[in-house]
Amino acid sequence: MVTIETPRSPRNRKSAQREKQAWLFMRASGVVLIVLIFGHLFINLFSGNGIKAIDFAFVAGKWANPLWKIWDTLMLWLALIHGTNGMRTLVNDYTQREGIRKFLNIALWTICIALIILGTLVTTTFDPCPDTSVASALPQFCK
Amino acid sequence: MATSVAENNTELGVVPSFNVTLFVRRFNKEDGLEARWEDFDVTVHGTDRVLDALHKIKWELDGSLSFRRSCAHGVCGSDAMRINGRNRLACKTLIKDLDITQPIYVEPIKGLEVEKDLIVNMEPFYQAFRDVKPFLIASSKPEKERLQSPEDRARFDMGTKCILCAACTSSCPVFWTDGQYFGPAAIVNAHRFIFDSRDEASEVRLDILNDKEGVWRCRTTFNCTEACPRGIEVTRLIAEVKQAILRGKP
Repeated sequence: MVTIETPRSPRNRKSAQREKQAWLFMRASGVVLIVLIFGHLFINLFSGNGIKAIDFAFVAGKWANPLWKIWDTLMLWLALIHGTNGMRTLVNDYTQREGIRKFLNIALWTICIALIILGTLVTTTFDPCPDTSVASALPQFCK
Repeated sequence: MATSVAENNTELGVVPSFNVTLFVRRFNKEDGLEARWEDFDVTVHGTDRVLDALHKIKWELDGSLSFRRSCAHGVCGSDAMRINGRNRLACKTLIKDLDITQPIYVEPIKGLEVEKDLIVNMEPFYQAFRDVKPFLIASSKPEKERLQSPEDRARFDMGTKCILCAACTSSCPVFWTDGQYFGPAAIVNAHRFIFDSRDEASEVRLDILNDKEGVWRCRTTFNCTEACPRGIEVTRLIAEVKQAILRGKP
């Protein structure tokens, strides 16, 4: 028997577009992350007193500036989504059973979203000198 | 001229010969055994290719050894196999170019089901090839020659070199783990028509390759480019198809 063409099962258009968008996101976020991460490393580890300058006051000082708040939040979001999407492609490559694949992907994105929420909470609500009854718990520069 | 050739014949005609050990991956569905390595010692000439050594084994040592070959000159693409861990054509790999102080390992290409010894089931590979519609699709009747400028012809020239040996597709780690992926060879053959100015169904093929198992699965590991016995820059062609999908046109 000669079969000229075996039709493939109908494609899920939405899912196909998503794969394209995921690929585009990886390229774009990768480029932005290079700037964000190396900028971050340079400021924290190299400029000024270098690594010795890092302490609570250094972070508090940095986050007093909205630029660094935005910088760090953006870096957090992009790095987590970029990394999780990379893990997703690995899961899609190496899992044989559909159930396990679904479970691992759901676990990945749950962790990713939880970390994004927690991290964003820190960068947006950060206050180095909160109102507290225990004054000794506050860093030196608040007094 | 003729006399000088005749005089030097003893020197010119001598082809050095040497002994090599070949470890060949054997498998037979019917004997119920696991796949295993079997070694053969053969004497080969400096002009011999791995295919000649396999012939020698089959014709003189063990007639049950099975492998594919048709033209035996690098055109038909039948004898792609994994030689010392690299996908090559047995008929284009000179034994003297390998490290002959060590045994030569010959095994079937990966990612496709082994049927016997070095023979794999190529059907999934051909299916992916058929799926990208590897033929000219044009609305006009073929009453006269379809003219094309040399520049337009050059645009897709590289893809025309493909001999469908599956060396690229079976070197792709994504294809090894996920048999649903179209694979490099199918994308190269889609590229050959997508960028052909005479063809009118580029959008259809781009749409097919925009699939979940399409070009986006390519991880640009360059295994395919390295494996191609025809020197096709496979990874580059895949990247061009990706760009064409993003543009929405070739």
